[in-house]
Amino acid sequence: MSDDGASDRVAAAFADGPAFVPYLAVGDPDYESSLAYVEALAEGGADVIELGLPFSEPIAEGPTIQNAVVRALESGMTPTRFFEFVEEVDVDVPLVCMTYYNLIYQYGESEARSVSDASSAERSSANSRAAKPRDDGEERPASKGPRPFVEKAASVGISGFVVPDLPAEEAGPLREACDEFGLHLISIVAPTTDEERLDQLVEVSSGYLYVQARLGVTGASSSVSDRTGESLARLSDVDLPKAVGFGISSGEQAATIVEAGADGIIVGSALVDIVAEGHERDEPTEETAARLETKARELKQGAVDGYGRRTPAPEGTSD
Amino acid sequence: MSSEGERSEASDRAGSKATRENGRDGGDGDHVSAGDGKFGRYGGQYVPEALMPAIGELTDAYERYVLNNEGGFMDEFRRRIREFGGRPTPLQRADRLSERYDTEVYLKREDLLHGGAHKLNNALGQVLLAKYMGKERIIAETGAGQHGTATAMAAAHLDMPCEVYMGERDINRQRPNVFRMKINGSAVTPVTTGRGTLKEAISETMRDWATNVEDTHYVIGSVVGPHPFPRMVRDFQSLISEEAREQIVDRTGALPDSVVACAGGGSNTMGTFHNFIGDEAVDLFAVEAGGSSLAVDAEEGVAPNSASLSTGSEGVLHGARTKLLQDHDGQIVESHSVSSGLDYAGVGPELAHLVDEGRVTPVNVDDDAALEGFHRLSQEEGIIPALETAHAFGYLHEHHDELGDVTVINVSGRGDKDLDTAIEETTKRDIPNAPDMSMFEGGLR
Ligand SMILES: Cc1ncc(COP(=O)(O)O)c(C=O)c1O
Repeated sequence: MSDDGASDRVAAAFADGPAFVPYLAVGDPDYESSLAYVEALAEGGADVIELGLPFSEPIAEGPTIQNAVVRALESGMTPTRFFEFVEEVDVDVPLVCMTYYNLIYQYGESEARSVSDASSAERSSANSRAAKPRDDGEERPASKGPRPFVEKAASVGISGFVVPDLPAEEAGPLREACDEFGLHLISIVAPTTDEERLDQLVEVSSGYLYVQARLGVTGASSSVSDRTGESLARLSDVDLPKAVGFGISSGEQAATIVEAGADGIIVGSALVDIVAEGHERDEPTEETAARLETKARELKQGAVDGYGRRTPAPEGTSD
Repeated sequence: MSSEGERSEASDRAGSKATRENGRDGGDGDHVSAGDGKFGRYGGQYVPEALMPAIGELTDAYERYVLNNEGGFMDEFRRRIREFGGRPTPLQRADRLSERYDTEVYLKREDLLHGGAHKLNNALGQVLLAKYMGKERIIAETGAGQHGTATAMAAAHLDMPCEVYMGERDINRQRPNVFRMKINGSAVTPVTTGRGTLKEAISETMRDWATNVEDTHYVIGSVVGPHPFPRMVRDFQSLISEEAREQIVDRTGALPDSVVACAGGGSNTMGTFHNFIGDEAVDLFAVEAGGSSLAVDAEEGVAPNSASLSTGSEGVLHGARTKLLQDHDGQIVESHSVSSGLDYAGVGPELAHLVDEGRVTPVNVDDDAALEGFHRLSQEEGIIPALETAHAFGYLHEHHDELGDVTVINVSGRGDKDLDTAIEETTKRDIPNAPDMSMFEGGLR
């Protein structure tokens, strides 16, 4: 993938008609299958793909994605493997990295770190050891930070980030690094976000807004929250595309949400469910990939249908 | 505390101290500000956006009710923790240990607080605060079950529905506390992800909170999590050192040379240290769980210890930047300790800061030393300590000559909940001072 024009590529994905933005955890259930699955989503009409870099404590995820994260970690997924994946995957849509802040924060520090270094931890092996707090001659890393991760992500062609545990208050350093390397920081807007927070949030955001359709954690659900329309109305003045996620699992739901004014739909758990099913059934990778592609087409088509149902044609609101 | 006057004076004192250390004043007159939640480079608010408004609301309530005693909140809290909780707890000279170690050893008896651990100080404070805020439901995580039990008791006392999340492994290790929570009318929800310990229970409680944030308050059980929790929990727990400082001075006419407390997340630790922090001559020791070894197996993603202050590195977990047990990439590793309550990969951000500053010395003892400490305090002083607390006594045994002439040790909790574990862990090891446990082999006859 090319590393220039990240901003333009995301804008372009939302430019003509509603965007379909699927999510998968990279490495679920293994690296090779995951390549096939992400490529299947692109085949099925994805406009942007959110690639989950699994973190051991996914506090914003429901059981479906938690289990995906466990499978991915067990298959050996790491930030380094993730970047290899991004370089290798053969798709022509912008890729957004979805992960938790600690992985972004630590990257590039691994060499300097002594914690996981058994030899330094075992300096003494008596029953009790006084770890000297300072003046032990050991240099602590001056400061960790997001820059090395963002630089690496930019170099492999990532277009932006979604970081569920990073509210606007703490986003400064990541925003700065994203600016430096021309990447997007996509913020999540919750149903509980008030006007004041919204302004603060928009301030640090670019690319698109991830509009959380309902409270809670990720997970497919059969009904789409009433609060979605409300949220979209509140956001009508914001000059960024609004992609709605949390709980969308069918073409019909996608249509309803786009009809209500969304510029895009984000679907994770409903797709991860297909991966999980395939894994449990020991299904050949191509078959699971084919089912993912079919589901992707249904969701994309739903979004397009919903757009067509809008009355009157919403001039200028979708881009 | 004996009078209204003294009470508000004490809370003013705590308040102005809090302001000083945050390096900023609330501005007008005596008003105390909640600050920005940073302790040097640690702290902060790393949580999903959905929770931020609730955290803002909580910060506001903490500032109004706790720091500025609006509506007489702190007066009511102090009255209830006295009448319902049994404060003040005694400071007792440990005669046998003092003789054995040739050091004056004083015990701050938090094990005598209602519920059997220091946890009620915080749980009662937060449940009462939730009530003042108009919340309708309480949730909490628990490791050893002591915080869950304290929260269940406080919720019953204040008539609030309560649900406690607890790792499946901990449910099996701490069954008596599970019964206690149920008997107090709380729901106990097992958490099956990961190793089924405190870390997973916290993650799961945060998920519940993100779902029900509008009417629910999350009573976090230690000085961890996003601002304002680390500071607010410390304030509720600082009753321990408010009393202990006065008691030791009354008793000996001087400040102690050292203060020792075990550290998991660090709430009994911060509570025991808080009012001594300004006393430069008093050494503060935080005793972590050394588990079976201090080495981390990055390959397997496990640390056979919970010594995040001693061996951890800076990172972001459960809402705060702090010291963590993590691998090269930043994945949180599974911790281990014979005591559930210390079995956690993180630690409070303020404690991490005080360690960097050199004000608090992080130390640790392993599982065996903790078990030895458990048996020694039981046999020689007639106090069965929690296995968490026992770590402090393991440290006393090994390093009494570094603690000066007078030391205060916080007995954070009693060990009734740990009897099964203590018997099981003792029989499978060689603990020199343990009683003969053979009658328990193959079940109690
Ligand atoms: C008796 C006792 N002491 C100590 C702890 C550790 O917690 P903290 O470090 O927050 O005091 C616990 C936790 O459950 C406990 O039950």
